[in-house]
Amino acid sequence: MAASETYPDDLKYHAEHDWARVEGDEAVLGITWFAQDALGELVHYEPPNEGDTIAKDSAYGEVESVKAVSDVIAPLSGEVLEVNAKVIEEPETVNEDPYGDGWLIRIRMTNPSEADSLLGLDAYKQVVAEA
Amino acid sequence: MKLIFEKSQSGRRGGELPRYDVPPARVPAELRRERPPRLPELAEPEIVRHFTELSTRNFGIDTGFYPLGSCTMKYNPRVNERLAMLPGFRDLHPYQDEDAIQGALELMWRLQEALIEVSGLQACSLQPAAGSQGELTGLMLMRAYFADRGEADRRDTIITADTAHGTNPASVTMAGYKLAKVETDARGNVDLAHLRELVSERTAGLMLTNPSTLGLFDEHIEEIAEIFHDVGALLYYDGANLNAVCGISRPGDMGFDIVHINLHKTFSQPHGGGGPGGGPIVVRERLEPFLPVPAVVKDGGRFRLDFDRPKSIGKVRGFSGPFGVFVRSYAYIRSYGPRLREMSEVAVLNANYLLARLKETYDLPYDRLAMHEFVLSARSLKREHGISALDVAKRLMDYGFHPPTIYFPLVVPEALMIEPTETEAKETLDEFAEAMLAIAQEAAEEPEVLRDAPHGRPVKRLDEVLAAKRAIVKYGFEEHPDLSNEQAEPRQLEAQKGA
Amino acid sequence: MSYLSLTERDREEMLAAIGVSSVEELFRDIPAGVRLGRELDLEPSLSEQELSRHLEELAARNIDTSKELSFLGAGIYDHYVPAVVDTVLQRGEFLTAYTPYQPEMSQGVLQAIFEYQTVICELTGMDVSNASGYDGTTVAADACYVAKHATGRTKVVVTEATNPQVRQVVKTYAPGFGLEIVEVPHRGGVTDPDELRRAATDAACVIFQQPNFFGCLEPAPDLAAAANDAEAIAVAHVDPISLGVLEAPGAYGCGMAIGEGQGTGNYQSFAGPHYGFLAARKEFIRRMPGRIVGETLDAAGERGYVLTLQTREQHIRREKATSNITTNQTLLALAGLVHLSWLGPQGLREVGETCMSLAAYAQRRLTAAGLELVFPEQTTFKEFAVRTGRSATDAIRTARERGVHPGYALGRDYQGLDDAVLVAVTERRTPADIDRLVEALTP
Repeated sequence: MAASETYPDDLKYHAEHDWARVEGDEAVLGITWFAQDALGELVHYEPPNEGDTIAKDSAYGEVESVKAVSDVIAPLSGEVLEVNAKVIEEPETVNEDPYGDGWLIRIRMTNPSEADSLLGLDAYKQVVAEA
Repeated sequence: MKLIFEKSQSGRRGGELPRYDVPPARVPAELRRERPPRLPELAEPEIVRHFTELSTRNFGIDTGFYPLGSCTMKYNPRVNERLAMLPGFRDLHPYQDEDAIQGALELMWRLQEALIEVSGLQACSLQPAAGSQGELTGLMLMRAYFADRGEADRRDTIITADTAHGTNPASVTMAGYKLAKVETDARGNVDLAHLRELVSERTAGLMLTNPSTLGLFDEHIEEIAEIFHDVGALLYYDGANLNAVCGISRPGDMGFDIVHINLHKTFSQPHGGGGPGGGPIVVRERLEPFLPVPAVVKDGGRFRLDFDRPKSIGKVRGFSGPFGVFVRSYAYIRSYGPRLREMSEVAVLNANYLLARLKETYDLPYDRLAMHEFVLSARSLKREHGISALDVAKRLMDYGFHPPTIYFPLVVPEALMIEPTETEAKETLDEFAEAMLAIAQEAAEEPEVLRDAPHGRPVKRLDEVLAAKRAIVKYGFEEHPDLSNEQAEPRQLEAQKGA
Repeated sequence: MSYLSLTERDREEMLAAIGVSSVEELFRDIPAGVRLGRELDLEPSLSEQELSRHLEELAARNIDTSKELSFLGAGIYDHYVPAVVDTVLQRGEFLTAYTPYQPEMSQGVLQAIFEYQTVICELTGMDVSNASGYDGTTVAADACYVAKHATGRTKVVVTEATNPQVRQVVKTYAPGFGLEIVEVPHRGGVTDPDELRRAATDAACVIFQQPNFFGCLEPAPDLAAAANDAEAIAVAHVDPISLGVLEAPGAYGCGMAIGEGQGTGNYQSFAGPHYGFLAARKEFIRRMPGRIVGETLDAAGERGYVLTLQTREQHIRREKATSNITTNQTLLALAGLVHLSWLGPQGLREVGETCMSLAAYAQRRLTAAGLELVFPEQTTFKEFAVRTGRSATDAIRTARERGVHPGYALGRDYQGLDDAVLVAVTERRTPADIDRLVEALTP
């Protein structure tokens, strides 16, 4: 069952429809409700490897529905600590709970100050409204 | 319907082989097959029934109207099938000596000459196996041409239109080029201002379909050619839509340097449920040295295969190409002769007639005369009644028609891309138009009939999400998974199909 | 002759409905400068009867295998095509349909492809097959592309005993794919596994042919192991007709199996159209080129088939697609499915045994007549190389004067084999035919 449209206010957003939850020097990353809705039900998640380095604004993985494939863009730079195995097994978890069980990776940030450049809730809602 | 494996009975067989009185030869133990492949075991009558039943669950041009945009689903003459099965063609080995293949080479040479005339260029290779391989071959020619001029490193980019078939960008990557995409302007032409920004000394070439996938002839084609030729770049013509312009306007005269021709579209090789095709390429004289080997050439009254082409890119496929396709397409061209122009005229007339009958009811994103196909949009149906192009397509099946191409080109939301071809009668076009109008009315009055369509096919809408998730791509015999416990929904992609 | 239906009256009514006065006006968007302005310079239109006569004349100028006893092979073979293949392929619902984009209209061809995929997986011991590639050469290039992306490596190793046309096509594709091609020579007609192992270091894949181009049986399990030792993907190029008697590539460690399908259900037809097959282990499924059919359910819970995993393909992934292929060789793959269903497992084994026994018999007869085999130490399947004792072209000419084409002149592709002919013996050749071959090759 797909979630209804929400954008939590404790997250930082990237205009490519990705979110980051900063927790100390680590961050959890995922895609927003808007992104999963545009793609439709996900059938595949191509994650990075644990230990990989990812760079802000670059693709770190792919998500696929039956009609589309989309790069997942890193809102922050860092080292991949953990990949969400549940999403690999059941990609539709992202549709059901994009900000909870449907997270994609956890990273250790290499440049925590990057978080300051990300969008807050209102700014991101503006992006969604214009999309 | 059961799979052929589910009809199989151990010990039953179809054909028998002659037995010869020669001593058996043995495969060394370490190379011998341990477990036999589980091929079907059926007697011949059951085999014929199985495939006949499968055929009744399929829809071809012979069954009815098939206006699949960009695919040119025209009638496939039966005489061509008979001719391709003549023993002199069917049972000919490609390594036969030159004296024994003169008829085959002459047919290929004559086909080359005809394609050269139709495209307005100078040299032809029949080798590529399909349109997309023709594209890749064309890009390989560009590479070889620029390498020969010492410009290979500098020229690294190919420009395609945002309306392009997906094969164009895929071919660009496979050929090792970078891709740049030019936008479409408000009239459906290439956006010239954007094009001028993109083209530079780094540009190797352009890939363009003209008429475009919108079914529109680019009104600025001469300026476009000039922009590329001014920087020494080449123009590639995706011949997918050549059926619109045979004998009317030739790609060579438009300024294109390399053309591929889809023999299964314009020249009526049957599509075979997905193939075979044929993708000959025709080029300007300066590109001839780079064409694949062998070339089919005429010396006096004799024909031969010429392998001595030191600048050739090599081979893109085995031997000289799909010969049986050449027989059918050559026969098709000889049937029409110069009347190929009439073929294209009627294709364009049929398309515009159908467009005229539908444009008041469906959205028309570019209100111009169409060429051999046109693109409508179901945007208003979607907004007003929640009925998508997919629903319209599925409902058309209940009226006995194959749906058009949908969700392509990408620049048109809820696209319905309709290509009637020249071989349809006016009554068929009228019946199709009536069906489309009736469906638009149903969308307003009883939309649920459309959302559940089709109602009269062997299956209802299929769950493509389940298919992708489970990825059951072969029969599993005793371990075959049973999907019936899974929750299936009619989840079909509103993604492009066709072309 | 044309295939048009419109009457003059139809045309007038249609032009009126469009709101133009002539057909010419429909083309007003085409700039004057790019119009042809004359009639196409093509020979005049022919009636069906005239057309038939013209093509019959051209066909009669060829010498096909019904006119000259043929031992030609080298990739294209004269295997028997049963009548049921012709019957199925002429069903208009298959012949005149296109790619099954709309599954409700196309269950017939979708299920047939699903059955074809199953048969190819059974033959090769692989997990997944695509719906067909163009031919036995282009599937090799496809396999290289898959291997490059799966391994991140850019070297491809191909054995010299692999069909020369396969190697040429791989080399033509290589610059665009960013691949370097390394060839490993044969030693006495087969490949040395140790030599292959050394070459395979840092390779994306290793391609070898079984039986190889000379008809010899390679130590295929050792070749696959050599590739695997280097963590390169072992790709076997196999003859489907051999797979009733020879082990499946999947059973000896190959990651992919490819091949030319012509020998199953397809006439020689001067080399096309035929089909190539490409099958792989499950781990490569998302990198496979081309169409793949999958099983699913419809809205009523009934089983059905659809094109699946389409995000791999050009129409969705565009410049990031795993291949540009769209139109493939479905009808010819269907011919393969029908032929293999007609044979069944028993029939396929018998065809393989018959070819192998006849080829061995032919070798014994030829050596008894004083000819020398090129690779006398090797076991062969349905082809073998024999020295003619003079230039092979001369030997072929003499044999043809006696009504027999003895085979392919190996000197065209291999140095030092100018006197050798590659002889192919299918189940269509009889012991009496082999006697004629011996006579034809004996000076």
